[in-house]
Amino acid sequence: MSLFDLKLQEIHDRMVRGDLSVSDLVDRSFERIAEVDGKVRAFLTLSEEQARESAKALDKHLLAGEERGLLFGLPAGIKDNIVTRGLRTTCASRFLDNFRPVYNATVMNRLAEAQAVTVGKLNMDEFAMGGSNENSAYQVTRNPWNPERVPGGSSGGSAAAVAAGEVYFALGSDTGGSIRQPAAYCGIVGLKPTYGLVSRFGLVAFASSLDQIGPLTKNVEDSAYVLQAIAGHDPMDSTSAKVDVPDYLSALTGDVKGLRIGVPKEYLGEGIASRVRDCVLDALKKLESLGAVWEEISLPHTGYAVAAYYLIASSEASSNLARFDGVRYGVRAENPDDLLDLYRKSRSRGFGPEVKRRIMLGTYALSSGYYDAYYLKAQKVRTLIKRDFDRAFEQFDIIIGPTAPTPAFKIGEQIGDPLTMYLNDILTIPVSLAGVPAISVPCGLADGLPVGLQIIGRPFDEPTVLRTAHAFEQHSDFHKLRPQL
Amino acid sequence: MSIRIQDVEHVADLARLELSDEEKVEFTEQLNAILQYVEQLNKLDTDGVEPTSHVMPLANVMREDEVRPSLPLDQVLLNAPDEDEGQIRVPAVLE
Amino acid sequence: MPVTETKYETVIGLEVHVELHTKSKIFCGCSTSFGAPPNTHTCPICLGHPGVLPVLNRQAVEYAMKAAMALNCEIASVSKFDRKNYFYPDSPKAYQISQYDQPIGRNGWIDIEVNGETKRIGITRLHLEEDAGKLTHVDGGYASLVDFNRVGTPLIEIVSEPDLRSPEEARAYLEKLRAIMQYCDVSDVKMEEGSLRCDANISLRPVGQKEFGTKTELKNMNSFRGVQRGLEYEQWRQADVLDSGGRIVQETRRWDEAQGKTLSMRSKEEAHDYRYFPDPDLVRLTISDEWKESVRRTIPELPDARKARYTGDYGLPSYDAEVITASRKLADFFEESLNYTNDAKAVSNWIMGDLLGYLNANNLELDDVKITGQGLGEMIGLIEKGTISGKIAKTVFKSMLETGKLPGQIVEEQGLVQISDEGAIRAIIDKVVGNNPQSVADYKAGKEKAVGFLVGQVMKETRGKANPGLVNKLIVERLKQ
Repeated sequence: MSLFDLKLQEIHDRMVRGDLSVSDLVDRSFERIAEVDGKVRAFLTLSEEQARESAKALDKHLLAGEERGLLFGLPAGIKDNIVTRGLRTTCASRFLDNFRPVYNATVMNRLAEAQAVTVGKLNMDEFAMGGSNENSAYQVTRNPWNPERVPGGSSGGSAAAVAAGEVYFALGSDTGGSIRQPAAYCGIVGLKPTYGLVSRFGLVAFASSLDQIGPLTKNVEDSAYVLQAIAGHDPMDSTSAKVDVPDYLSALTGDVKGLRIGVPKEYLGEGIASRVRDCVLDALKKLESLGAVWEEISLPHTGYAVAAYYLIASSEASSNLARFDGVRYGVRAENPDDLLDLYRKSRSRGFGPEVKRRIMLGTYALSSGYYDAYYLKAQKVRTLIKRDFDRAFEQFDIIIGPTAPTPAFKIGEQIGDPLTMYLNDILTIPVSLAGVPAISVPCGLADGLPVGLQIIGRPFDEPTVLRTAHAFEQHSDFHKLRPQL
Repeated sequence: MSIRIQDVEHVADLARLELSDEEKVEFTEQLNAILQYVEQLNKLDTDGVEPTSHVMPLANVMREDEVRPSLPLDQVLLNAPDEDEGQIRVPAVLE
Repeated sequence: MPVTETKYETVIGLEVHVELHTKSKIFCGCSTSFGAPPNTHTCPICLGHPGVLPVLNRQAVEYAMKAAMALNCEIASVSKFDRKNYFYPDSPKAYQISQYDQPIGRNGWIDIEVNGETKRIGITRLHLEEDAGKLTHVDGGYASLVDFNRVGTPLIEIVSEPDLRSPEEARAYLEKLRAIMQYCDVSDVKMEEGSLRCDANISLRPVGQKEFGTKTELKNMNSFRGVQRGLEYEQWRQADVLDSGGRIVQETRRWDEAQGKTLSMRSKEEAHDYRYFPDPDLVRLTISDEWKESVRRTIPELPDARKARYTGDYGLPSYDAEVITASRKLADFFEESLNYTNDAKAVSNWIMGDLLGYLNANNLELDDVKITGQGLGEMIGLIEKGTISGKIAKTVFKSMLETGKLPGQIVEEQGLVQISDEGAIRAIIDKVVGNNPQSVADYKAGKEKAVGFLVGQVMKETRGKANPGLVNKLIVERLKQ
């Protein structure tokens, strides 16, 4: 059994007993990476020297019997759109090929406080735009369950690295499903927190009103640990919620008696693969057997979510990515004729087609004469979508459905058709628009590929979301399944 | 509402993107498909509905007027493609 | 310039930017202090690095509210920030955080005085935004160097209604606006330092026409004089074009101080499409009545109110009051003096004459000289008491300008006390009379003017310190003997 299959508490116990050191964990991580990453291709940049140094320092700490942080010694992979001081951060874009940040994202400071060890930066769709990791400018990450399949996106590298046992946990980001969908495709646990719970300072912005950083882990308990370490108000982020952070671990009681679950009929309708539907219905049966009750509900504006999302996200992105102009950092085009040429060439050479497409869509949607018809209209529809959730949560504690309409698709299968690609996110996007928390947990296999169950909760009610996910997980074995690499 | 190649060229200009002729054709097609898809939003009556610019109801988030250390110059210039005596250098706009 | 006043009416609106003198920038903690070496007051936030976020400076908001209230604006109960998107090297994020449709202040006004008439000029809006960096053009115009120190300095933009009808009015508006900002102590408002900037929109229309004519935008007017001259030139140029049957092109023109004319800023860009949308990284401002009141309480007595008090309570002529209240420091100086003397008129005269004369002649500001209001007040007191003559006071005044010492100390150090001792004066008179028999004879022959000469001689003997009125009286007595 891999070290990383041990539960977090067991790892801590072994370390205290002296059976295990941080250097052991870090060694294991790099061994595994050397073993499988040639195939999986999850990592863009490794930080081996720094990681080993940190491990040595933490081992001294351990020996001295000093108090240990929440994530003490755990090797972590960081999605490459999270800024890490001194460690190359590319957002999987050619534009930032040579970029070395001069500051640390807030979540990185929190991981450091929790004493986790950063092992390297993980592949993603360029600037988080995509659902398959095929939009990375560098490499296509493979799904550890089947190398011909996508790991999902945009946090594909993060999901694959955890599924392949290369790191103990990873951080990803979620704007329209980018943590949850790859978690589902790779058979692991991925959590998108309530908007505002985790600081965005240091997350390279894609869509500012939707982006959130969250954990990717192999089980729900680990997810709670990581969330505990990174959640909480940050004065550097004006959109950071001023809420007290509850004790997420104590929420994992295993008790779901009387839990009221709503299952939107829009989430189990046409377009959902029948095997996926079956897995979800089985999961609901399981939760019923544990004392929860569920019934079908309607979130009537679900069908409009993808359209609203793409307008909003692209518009915000077109503005957020304008700073990549080749002036102060990034890869500047050589020998430009003049300033205008510098802008055009640097950006055109630096950005891949999906990024360009979304910038174009967003620029168009915001442009003079079209703002009301597109951006403003989409924001109003967003209100209607949010209201659907508000209404549902008056009667239900949790909303459940599949995370994705199908399991992982084949590499190359959808890349030529952007619109089809967008529709993969049809189940995760409404959640993002509403800003509510959601977790994806493995709930079965379809033709050998993992299927994810999405558990959605009220704003800032991660405890109930985690409790539900944990209870289900403890009464099933899907989280114990490992891909054959 | 369908867009033509000229519209794509205009938008590319606004976004400081240089597109090849093939890209212009491709993007015109793809953007038209997307815009057609998003047309469905017009089926919804949103009269009197407030737009959601911020999904959580925060207001008045401010900080005190305190000076904090700036970056040392070498850090400012660390990633600079071209600098000259501490300033970033760019070509000018040609008239 | 040709006479066009009766044919066309000039319509002017001014767009003024005021730099708020907060200690730190509007969205990050970098210092705003002037004159630092390039790029030493920057951080990832104001440099627009990937992943950074803005956090609003409360002081900037309160200064903006204060300024808006001082300009009689309605303060929004809900205000927000929007992104103004455009590419330029001095704008790191490729968008400026500004305010579009929910500015902090709206529908204000100020009163200006031109040719003795008071006129009310409307203020459309006042909003908060961040400044951009500084570009220096090098290599004969082929390259630019960028200094980002100024990025993120808080600015308020104040837009007037097109209520101004002459370059003179425009200047008066600008001066009044500047005085009000100065009184509120929200900015240094120095055009030469860039903490006060002014662009103008100007158009002409035939007298009696309701529709506005085509306007041009004027930029690069870097002084009050420049604003007036720029507008005067453009007014003339537009009239000239219209007179010859031409049409005004709507464009931006820059004022060239050296050439004394406005020049078209021909550029390849069409009108910008700024694609404004609400900034998702900043949450809205809800401005409560309590907050408004707490800021309103910090507004001092403003120029117009002070002026009314000076003309009303102190009986100063309107013009004097206007000049003195144009600068808060000067007005404070004036009032400080009145703690030491009751003679407001005398204080005003010394300020208008000797003080401003000295400052203007030497291109100085009140801050550059050391004289205090207390000094002036006390000096006037000394004149009243007869300790020094008006003439000696000029010497004392000059010394106060340079040293900041109080008059009492100066008079003592330099031995300038006026001689009013009759005995002492008589002794000197005897001497002078003895030395100037011709003058005595002239006087006795009926030449009254001889007295003046003798007074002069006594003053010379006493090095100006004798009380001239007393000397005159005693000499006449002596001569009559």
